[in-house]
Amino acid sequence: MKNLGQLKADYIVQNLNAFCPGCGNGIILNCFVRAVDDLGWNVNDILCVSGIGCSSWIPSPHFRGDTLHTTHGRALAFATGAKVFNPSLKTVVFTGDGDGAGIGGNHLIHAARRNIGLTCILVNNFNYAMTGGQIAPTTLHDSKTSTSPYGNPEQPFDIAKLVAAAGATYVAKWTTNHVLELTRSIKEAMQNPGFSFIEVLSQCPTQQRNILGVRAPPQELPSRLLDMLAESTYINDGEEKRSYIYTVLAGEPTSALKAVEKALGDSGKAQLVDHLTLGRVARVEATDIEAAKARLGIPEVKRITDSREGKQEIGVFVRKQRLEYTEALREVGRRARGEQ
Amino acid sequence: MLKPGKHLVLGNIACAEGALRAGCRLFAGYPITPANEITEYMSNELPKANGSFLQMEDEIASIAACIGGSWAGAKAMTATSGPGFSLMQENLSYAHMTETPLVVVDVQRSGPSTGQSTDASQQDFYQARYGAHGDYEIIALSPWSAQEMFDLTIRAFNLAEQYRTPVYFLADGMIGHIREELAVPENIDVINRKAPSGPSVTPFGTDDPSLVPEMPKFGQGYRLQVTGSSHRPNGVRDSSPKVHGDIIRRIMKKIAQAEPKIRDVAKLNLDDAKIGVISFGASARPSYGAVKKTREEGIKAGLLRLKTLWPLPEEEFTKLANQVDAILVVEMNAGKLVREVQRVACGETKIASLTRLGGVTPTQGDIAQEIRRLAQ
Ligand SMILES: Cc1ncc(C[n+]2csc(CCOP(=O)(O)OP(=O)(O)O)c2C)c(N)n1
Ligand code: SF4
Ligand SMILES: [Mg+2]
Repeated sequence: MKNLGQLKADYIVQNLNAFCPGCGNGIILNCFVRAVDDLGWNVNDILCVSGIGCSSWIPSPHFRGDTLHTTHGRALAFATGAKVFNPSLKTVVFTGDGDGAGIGGNHLIHAARRNIGLTCILVNNFNYAMTGGQIAPTTLHDSKTSTSPYGNPEQPFDIAKLVAAAGATYVAKWTTNHVLELTRSIKEAMQNPGFSFIEVLSQCPTQQRNILGVRAPPQELPSRLLDMLAESTYINDGEEKRSYIYTVLAGEPTSALKAVEKALGDSGKAQLVDHLTLGRVARVEATDIEAAKARLGIPEVKRITDSREGKQEIGVFVRKQRLEYTEALREVGRRARGEQ
Repeated sequence: MLKPGKHLVLGNIACAEGALRAGCRLFAGYPITPANEITEYMSNELPKANGSFLQMEDEIASIAACIGGSWAGAKAMTATSGPGFSLMQENLSYAHMTETPLVVVDVQRSGPSTGQSTDASQQDFYQARYGAHGDYEIIALSPWSAQEMFDLTIRAFNLAEQYRTPVYFLADGMIGHIREELAVPENIDVINRKAPSGPSVTPFGTDDPSLVPEMPKFGQGYRLQVTGSSHRPNGVRDSSPKVHGDIIRRIMKKIAQAEPKIRDVAKLNLDDAKIGVISFGASARPSYGAVKKTREEGIKAGLLRLKTLWPLPEEEFTKLANQVDAILVVEMNAGKLVREVQRVACGETKIASLTRLGGVTPTQGDIAQEIRRLAQ
């Protein structure tokens, strides 16, 4: 396997870095070029199309192949024209949650319905990051953003399910904490003849600090957010250890944790973790969960939750085959020319 | 495709035929009256010609697919009418910034909004010129017959390729739906975009006096960076004042400086005219009738018919203003071209306006009446 320096030399333009320190977009770029390198494909055959937003900057200006950086939400429609005219272009679309599921949501479901042979990587950072952290169609209910100062009144989309329902033939969802799985999925997606969709939950230290309420010094924030993404997801077909619970804490977390530890005694271990929907909570691991729970009736514990509550399912959701769109267009051409 | 020779066809079909003859091999559109016949005809003919017909989910996607296809090497076209044309504006702005050749056909109908939906107008005269955001120059053509729906569509493609720019084909519901004789020639002249001459290319800059850079396509190994953000000649994003100013000035100048070559006007009975009528498209037909009618009555009337609306043929307006006693601008909107004529020729001669709303052309009688009044 190539090291980062070699990958950079082979696939990345100059020494550009358009992202904030600790941004998840760099990880996704890394996974993408690793996937391209593993596939051994010629970079000259790869076209990256993107919309507008931080996530749309993953390929442009970084990727050293053909890039088409388009308008907000429309990348899939631009890509459709290029792919149809030259089906040999291995086309990958990078988009954001706002770009792909908000303003461009219509193009997304129609690309999936047509099953056009593109790979679409949608970076879900739960907000419109580039414009300053406003509500996106993925923002969690009650999140405080720059346009929901009293909490988000809306409910988020489950984008991967939406695209699966619309007819995509490969659908996966990972986080920036799942780099190996994500890289493997990008390879699978790029080899799928039809429409492939990968949603990536990603950290955006700049905006999520407020939106997700993760209070940490700047240098710790990216890793805190990465841990949070792992903590808040579960793999659909994974073997998961479920002998743990979360306790939602009352008051200052560190002192509340101390109270939890004291109450638990030897019956379990507790540690503070960040959770996407529960906030900063104590994760309690115990061999006998019921016994541990019985000890936690203390004022510092507001609520005890099951290990799955409020988590997002990740993994590969769809792998199937049906007629790809440019192939269907070729069929139409043969019919029109009376070749069959 | 129609064989060379004479045919009786609908204006819209002549337009689609012209596109096919000019080399259009990608069409992306969305249904709207009165442009549907173009879209339907392309769906029938393009697959036969190894081209691609796409019906997209909306007009935003249609123009986007044309731009993407153009960078993949296609001569691309879309056809729409007012509401769809409005939806395309943001991506048209992108097409100007990225210097993407393509043809947008707007078979104008009567608005605002749904308006009369199927009836003709010339109300998008300014939407074509100023509809999108930012600074840019456009080329817009205006046909007045089925024959010109064919001829000028071919020219639209040639201009798009030559100047690497979107070209606006401003037809109207009446000319789109007129059924007339079309003479399809044996051979036509086709211009293709300048391909890169060597192993490296600067797709957004050139030393050539035409100011039109070479245009590579995706998949050739040039590792193109195409972006609607301000960019250096090599395509790399750069929003510094100098880089932005340079690119905007060049994309405007490449069209403005070619105006005399792009300009196409028909001068009918204009040599000795004392009353000059200026019109275009459908409204030029009764205007010509009125000119001939009033000539029979001894009035020296003539018609300046614009086949290119933009860049505006300002020199022609000035020349005409210096020649005649009065100018009458005839159009199917509330008065748009007349503002331009006034701006250019104000103070040189008397300028009158005859406008017609309601989805119909002004009548020959109304125009003749106005010519008589001005001749008094
Ligand atoms: C038509 C249009 N509307 C609004 C904007 C402003 N805008 C730029 S980026 C962006 C948000 C992008 O959000 P997302 O797709 O989630 O990307 P992120 O920055 O979060 O990665 C918006 C609204 C725009 N560029 N174009
Ligand atoms: S604002 Fe967020 S998504 Fe955008 S570059 Fe910064 S960290 Fe990344
Ligand atoms: Mg976002």
